[in-house]
Amino acid sequence: MALPTPSQTVGPFFHIGLPEDGGEQLVPSGHPHAIQVLGMIFDGEGNPVDDALIELWQANRHGRYDHPADNREEIPLEPGFRGFGRDGTDGSGGYRFVTVKPGPVPHPDGGMQAPHIDVSVFARGLLKRVVTRIYFPDEQEANESDPVLSSVESARRAALVARAEDGSLRFDIHLQGDRETPFFDL
Amino acid sequence: MERSEQLRNAVPRYRRESADPPYLHPDYVATRTRAPRRPLVPLPQTLSEVTGPIYGHEGVGELDHDLTRQHEGEPLGERMILHGRARDGDGRPIRNTLIEIWQANAAGRYKHDVDRHPAPLDPSFSGAGRCVTDDEGRYRFITIKPGAYPWKNHPNAWRAAHIHLSLFGPAFATRLVTQMYFPGDPLFFQDPIFHSVRDPRHRELMIARFDLGETVPEWALAYEFDLVLRGRDATPMED
Repeated sequence: MALPTPSQTVGPFFHIGLPEDGGEQLVPSGHPHAIQVLGMIFDGEGNPVDDALIELWQANRHGRYDHPADNREEIPLEPGFRGFGRDGTDGSGGYRFVTVKPGPVPHPDGGMQAPHIDVSVFARGLLKRVVTRIYFPDEQEANESDPVLSSVESARRAALVARAEDGSLRFDIHLQGDRETPFFDL
Repeated sequence: MERSEQLRNAVPRYRRESADPPYLHPDYVATRTRAPRRPLVPLPQTLSEVTGPIYGHEGVGELDHDLTRQHEGEPLGERMILHGRARDGDGRPIRNTLIEIWQANAAGRYKHDVDRHPAPLDPSFSGAGRCVTDDEGRYRFITIKPGAYPWKNHPNAWRAAHIHLSLFGPAFATRLVTQMYFPGDPLFFQDPIFHSVRDPRHRELMIARFDLGETVPEWALAYEFDLVLRGRDATPMED
């Protein structure tokens, strides 16, 4: 068994090699179920991180992943919806995606997980990505019974639930400090 | 859950062993304010983590792997072939996965607004390429050897020459962004990003091999760089 190649930082110049290609639009703006997810990324001193790369991975609105490991054929795939998004933060540390709210997906111990989006953040000064999840504020009941969210200490859970704000969902990420976002080890 | 449903959910998990650097490596100054300090929360690999974006060949142009043919003229510098195989920790090929690379030009300058190094830009070199691995996990780029460049991490700091690589693999859990280095680089000793991987045997995994066999006589030198993604756990998900 070989060890994986070690991770290294994405550095400050990734924009030339990891083009967004409209990657912040998982669905077209006019999509009937489109939602906007936006936020800012901050460092441990509270400064916006203007050179981060953020990637999303999610199921479609029915809860199906466009991937061979998800072979639940009774749940429809949606042509054109891959479920992957990529955005670089702007000069003020902000990112923005247009997507759809994913449906619930199963948990390996049985039952369903609350709707969520998996998130990776890469940046100069991050030698490996940080991984977190975005949960939804209108899913209080599902969130309360979600096994992953419940595994986070209660005082920090709220930081994983996006906030409704002016018709969008806001999800800020704090890499470090008093308000450090819960990050996962997978 | 019905037994049949459990069986259909018996999808792979990925092993956790890793040669990754820690988040905090104070010699690399930017980690001091960006590295998370709290313990990570263990995440069981659910369907969300064992799936991931699948790329076909759509969106990858025939010449996207050749960084020397993206402009009218040819870039200056030492032409080189970068090739290798992407495999998982058990040697299985990583097929059909997108590999994206980016790098400085031969003078050590990135074609990027943030790069202030007073070295010349090369109008014939953008420094980015992409390709999709074949059925054996093989990939191949043609480029020029990147130069070393200074940065402000510490007095007289220089990055060892490197090429950035990004690949997805089969799942969210296997996502990798890394850097490939050149054998015998005299700048290794003072490069804290290279040294963030503390075990010297693990640092070797980031150094390409000069590959005489793949050189093209009278045209280009070659380096072989194999990429290893996480291997599969033998335990199926239903357990």
